[in-house]
Amino acid sequence: MIALGVMGDLWMGDAPLIRNLALDIPAGRWSCLLGASGVGKSAIARLIAGLPGPQRLKGRLIARDGLPLAGTVTMMAQGEHLLPWADLVQNVTIGARLRGAQPDMARAHALLAQVGLAGLEHRRPAELSGGQGQRVALARVLIEDAPIVVLDEPFSALDTATRLAMQDLAAALLKGRTVILITHDPLEAIRLSDRAWLLGPCGAEDLGLPEGATPRDFRAPEVLAAQAALLARLHRNIACAG
Amino acid sequence: MRWLTHLLLRAIAAAGFALTFWHFVVWATGVPGFILPGPARVGAALWDKAPLLWEHAQFTAVNLLTGLAAGVALGVVTALNLALSPGARVLLRPMLIFAQAVPVFALAPILTLWLGYGAASKIVIVMLVIYFPVTSAFFDGLMRLPAPMSDLALMMRATPLRRLVLLQVPHALPALGSGLRLAVVYAPFAVIIGEWVGASRGLGYLMLLANGRGQTDLMFAALFVLAAISFLLFAALETLAKGIRA
Repeated sequence: MIALGVMGDLWMGDAPLIRNLALDIPAGRWSCLLGASGVGKSAIARLIAGLPGPQRLKGRLIARDGLPLAGTVTMMAQGEHLLPWADLVQNVTIGARLRGAQPDMARAHALLAQVGLAGLEHRRPAELSGGQGQRVALARVLIEDAPIVVLDEPFSALDTATRLAMQDLAAALLKGRTVILITHDPLEAIRLSDRAWLLGPCGAEDLGLPEGATPRDFRAPEVLAAQAALLARLHRNIACAG
Repeated sequence: MRWLTHLLLRAIAAAGFALTFWHFVVWATGVPGFILPGPARVGAALWDKAPLLWEHAQFTAVNLLTGLAAGVALGVVTALNLALSPGARVLLRPMLIFAQAVPVFALAPILTLWLGYGAASKIVIVMLVIYFPVTSAFFDGLMRLPAPMSDLALMMRATPLRRLVLLQVPHALPALGSGLRLAVVYAPFAVIIGEWVGASRGLGYLMLLANGRGQTDLMFAALFVLAAISFLLFAALETLAKGIRA
């Protein structure tokens, strides 16, 4: 389990995007970055995943165990991004093949069954629904067994019922990993995370969350109250001090 | 195979309509046969001169297919090299654009001068004509890997070769298919031009010969055989493409 620290100013090309970031991401838990579109959520996701882009961190991104981050992160992005020409098993094992490793076919089948796609192993992505596609993407993340998992708005394109089901599935299957969940859905943040930050141009605001284990029950009064408080907080404009 | 039957039926229907129209035009205008023979005369020429047509068609078809295969192979290899190596892009791309800027048909006389009246000059002309569309279409497809797939390759720290084989090539196959479709359309042009410039065999040669002797019906018959070859090529390619997609 690896804890992460993201400290400093986030720049997009020549323009500052978020000042005074100070994210202390706990090991083995779900941390959530919440914010409006364009605030820089995906930029932070790409930063942590080590992917190229216009984002620059003027500061430090450190793993608390002191080891380099490369190779410890997998990312699941918005929209399932599966390979249209390959069947589901091949889609799940593409990571191993790209690394030049022997793909573990038995594990791929087991994971596809675990995400509820038993019997569909040899379908193509075009034959799946949106929710099923995200299940494949989740299996592809799980097979990598990385200690850090970045979920960049993974369920935002799904309908509410499918989204709730996927949240429960992801919470169960990614337990014990350091998960960074990027979302703009307040309920998703409250249901799934152990820590949550609201991102704005002046930094990240630590949000209070209800007690108790995740995934939280969306009918529980404290979850509903937290959702209401968060919606009210989002509704206010964020003004930078100083 | 239903789509192939469909395609054939539609082709036959269209041909039937065209033949009727043609027959009507010849009948109504009373155009002399050496200017425009009617479909019946052309059909008769096809039947009577079948051994002659078959002999010349074989020569043309073999050159066409050889040139096509060589051009496609060369184009695919070039595109793969360009995609894999930035150094190759610096060196080869200007050459590729230059190759496109020179109208290859204009090279036909030179190629015939260098390679003679035999098969070699025809094969090389076909190869040169289809080389650019194949290379360009396939290379474009290879370079247009969607960003999420590119990210996946980065996160898995894939070598450029694995990225190429596992992601870029399968992603670019439809683009290669477009290139091949162009190639199949251009190749019969190219082989006929090659034969017109200088040949002692082939359908193009036969057409010039028939034209010179006023045997317009034979010329049309040769044209029909050529069209049939083109159609067969296209149908074969479509079958192949369907097979890959399935």
